[in-house]
Amino acid sequence: MIRFSQVSKRYPNGHEALKRISFTLEREQMAFLVGHSGAGKSTLLRLVTLIERSTHGQIVVNNKNLTKLRRRQIPFFRRQVGVIFQDHKLLHDRTVFDNVALPLVVAGVGHRELGRRVRAALDKVGLLGKERLYPITLSGGEQQRVGIARAVVNRPPLVLADEPTGNLDAELSDEIMDLFHQFNQYGVTVMIATHERRHIQRLGKRVIELKNGELMSAGDQN
Amino acid sequence: MRTYLLRHVQVLIASVGQLSRTPGSTLMSVGVIGITLALPSLLYLLLVNAEKVGNAWHPGTHISLFLDLGVDAERAQSLLERLRRREETQQVRMISADRALQEFKELSGFGEALDALPHNPLPTLLVVTPERAFEHPDELQRLVSEFGALPGVELAQLDMEWVQRFHVTLRLARRAALVLSVLLALAVLLTVSNTIRLAILNRRDEIEIIQLFGGTDRFIQRPFLYSGMLQGFFGAGTAILLIVACLQVLRSPIRQLADLYGSVFQIAGLRVHEALALVAIGIGLGWLASRWSVRRHLHRMFPSAEPYSPTKAGTFAHISTLRHRVLKLRRSDKRRNR
Ligand SMILES: Nc1ncnc2c1ncn2[C@@H]1O[C@H](COP(=O)(O)OP(=O)(O)O)[C@@H](O)[C@H]1O
Ligand SMILES: [Mg+2]
Repeated sequence: MIRFSQVSKRYPNGHEALKRISFTLEREQMAFLVGHSGAGKSTLLRLVTLIERSTHGQIVVNNKNLTKLRRRQIPFFRRQVGVIFQDHKLLHDRTVFDNVALPLVVAGVGHRELGRRVRAALDKVGLLGKERLYPITLSGGEQQRVGIARAVVNRPPLVLADEPTGNLDAELSDEIMDLFHQFNQYGVTVMIATHERRHIQRLGKRVIELKNGELMSAGDQN
Repeated sequence: MRTYLLRHVQVLIASVGQLSRTPGSTLMSVGVIGITLALPSLLYLLLVNAEKVGNAWHPGTHISLFLDLGVDAERAQSLLERLRRREETQQVRMISADRALQEFKELSGFGEALDALPHNPLPTLLVVTPERAFEHPDELQRLVSEFGALPGVELAQLDMEWVQRFHVTLRLARRAALVLSVLLALAVLLTVSNTIRLAILNRRDEIEIIQLFGGTDRFIQRPFLYSGMLQGFFGAGTAILLIVACLQVLRSPIRQLADLYGSVFQIAGLRVHEALALVAIGIGLGWLASRWSVRRHLHRMFPSAEPYSPTKAGTFAHISTLRHRVLKLRRSDKRRNR
């Protein structure tokens, strides 16, 4: 599902955030991306979603060679990838329903189908009763779950999350990780950046470890 | 198809809502568009009316045909009949050599002296009044040379100084109006694109999120295009109101003036198809401006979406990160000041 070959990323200011990274994440696998703050976890995820472009090497995601993808093709590629951000990136002047519906609206999904899928996604994250509320009235954990519902509403084969439990207490954080685990059991490929080792021990999934932009270990290959 | 239309209607309604959320800048922009569209339109109406006045009041153009001295009254008469049958002529008058001499005697005071001449030195004169439709200078010039070449005609002469001057002036004014219109259209473009630019900056975060979840440039562009076209539409509407108001103010003094000259001159107003054209121009300019503005800003806001190219990254990326940081600083400054 994701293949990195000798990938480097040098930011315009000259800082090399990733150095010659190579690894493969197979379809339907789940992996944790770990490393200290500044190790390059977010940068790696940004390369996979084409928010940033790699400066060296080759990235293949979902059989698409990202190094060759043109600007015009990016939106269609992104509809295949569900992304969860640490800072939620919700629209605060839209209801929960509208936030979750966004990926379907941009893809031109019809009205009835849209309502059905949004409710299904909200049901999955346990927010079915709150679709008319505005994100600002929700707790941090609930906001994060709105973000998760939005990421999976399109039923993408790949879901990426950048420190989805960063600001949450242990109990909420476990709940969220269990959600991802559940998606993975439905066959979704999942990659989660985190610095909380606790989840890794609890769920026992593959670990990809970065340090100062270098790959320390790519974990178990299957 | 129906859902497609429905979606466009939704976007249109959303754009109206968005414009009404920033009434200040929307009204400003609509007002500026209204004035800038009204100015050249009024100039255009002025020219139309000037032409009407000119045609109604000018003394009439004549082509004088001086016949050969040897042409007798009978041949002159047949030439006159021939000219009368032509479609270009409205009226043809003959002044016989004898009458011409008579008039000359009376007017000049050389009466006795002229009596001494052995024969009449004056030619017969045919005075042609061309049809209105042929009063254009080029057309008249053609008639003059054609009539001048007729057998028995010594010389064809046109007193067209007045006509020529009038038409040259009109042509000059038209050219000036055109230049002015182009400049004002540019002003409309700049106004709309500036409003759109502000709207884009206001919705920066939203645009970013839409992009992250697979919204195409086209999708992002759509509400802004509608917003631009709506501004153009309302601007054109304002322009039409302004024009009608101006004409209303001018109507009664012009009627008084016309009465003084005993004329039945009626001021030409904005006709329906001209008003529609104005609306179409307004919408078109709004569309063009917003398209231009959105394209420019989408590419500038998210340059990293382009495939990596070392030369570009080397030269422009530093500038863009710098810009980004400055913008960020400015925003956090604003937040702190609130
Ligand atoms: N836009 C950027 N420009 C320059 N340097 C950056 C940018 N984003 C991140 N970095 C740097 O790249 C390194 C890796 O950052 P990041 O990927 O955010 O790490 P992590 O998510 O593991 O904390 C850090 O040293 C950070 O300062
Ligand atoms: Mg990070």
